[in-house]
Amino acid sequence: MSIDSLLVTLGSPLSGPQLLALFAHYLLLGLLSVGGAIATAPDMYRYVVTQEQWITGEQFASSIAIAQAAPGPNVLFVAAIGWNIAGPMGVLATLGGVLLPSTLLSLGATRWGERRRDSMAVRSFTAGMAPLTLGLLLATGWLLAVPAQGRWQDMVLVVFTVVMMLCTRVSPIWLVAVGGAVGAWQGVA
Amino acid sequence: MTPVSPGPASLWAMFVAFNRLSLQGFGGVLAVAQRELVERLGWLSREQFVAMLSLAQVLPGPNVVNLALMIGDRFFGTRGAMTALAGMLLVPLMLVLALTAAYAEYAQHPVVSSALRSMGAVAAGLVTATALKLLATLQSNALGVGLCAAVAGATFVAVAWLHWPMVWVVLGLGGSSLALAWYRLKAATGTNGGADKPDSP
Repeated sequence: MSIDSLLVTLGSPLSGPQLLALFAHYLLLGLLSVGGAIATAPDMYRYVVTQEQWITGEQFASSIAIAQAAPGPNVLFVAAIGWNIAGPMGVLATLGGVLLPSTLLSLGATRWGERRRDSMAVRSFTAGMAPLTLGLLLATGWLLAVPAQGRWQDMVLVVFTVVMMLCTRVSPIWLVAVGGAVGAWQGVA
Repeated sequence: MTPVSPGPASLWAMFVAFNRLSLQGFGGVLAVAQRELVERLGWLSREQFVAMLSLAQVLPGPNVVNLALMIGDRFFGTRGAMTALAGMLLVPLMLVLALTAAYAEYAQHPVVSSALRSMGAVAAGLVTATALKLLATLQSNALGVGLCAAVAGATFVAVAWLHWPMVWVVLGLGGSSLALAWYRLKAATGTNGGADKPDSP
């Protein structure tokens, strides 16, 4: 049995080389994810939706929504994207790719960085990367809000969520629940 | 200062603790991790937790995952790091994949797809609010507010509107921002009478 037919058995529409390319791209994003995995979402979107067209923009947005609604670290949205692209093999490529560099770095660099926390190099890295990280987070919010522009109720939900998060201490899970209820109501009507 | 407890009794105890805190974390695990590891279990002092978190934030990768790896490594070495990682990810991963597979099955159903679409709008709001909250931390940044706003703004435009690949944004903008921060910090140590200034007036 060839590798590609084995991959088809495993539920992967992607060929071996395509899966490797997916893994390599997520490996790179894992190295670049200084602000957490969600800050790399715009580049994931550019790669898997715009460039390769393996999933649609709506599948991408729903992957993030599902991971936000479920308990656990937000990085699991990467696994949901991988599943939508190529099933279990896709999860291995995306989640494995994102976690591998940070795992090796955390294990290897912890003691090194702990000793040099007050050094010029570590301090300039922290200070210099902070505004970049926040710019990436804002870009992520922007791109996730693009599908909402088609429906005024969703635009209201975006603004409502921002205001509630900034002005109250309400848990995000309730806001996700409100979103689900409002959306379900739109689907019925 | 010192933690109340000597740490996890076994690898299994650590797996259970990380699994427990991860499953309580809706929309982010960090707040729960602090409450469980510092206040309930007493494995780390508050100071140790903050020191580890500040390093976890500097390293690439998800902050809470880095934190789990570091704490596991502290108590049981590499085996501990892998155990903490598995405890944090395994069960939530199964949940997310089950939900994803179920969603793919019912994606055609108008109520389900409409609900998910609105939940996506909430997700956009959550990320934006987090970014806006954290913008306040830039006030104490060594770069100064003006330069911070310029770097954050340029990053936003390059990624959200121009759709530039992230590798070039991080290397280009991040590299220049890092160099500017180095320069500013160097100048600040110079005026404070730092011992290692090569360019004193």
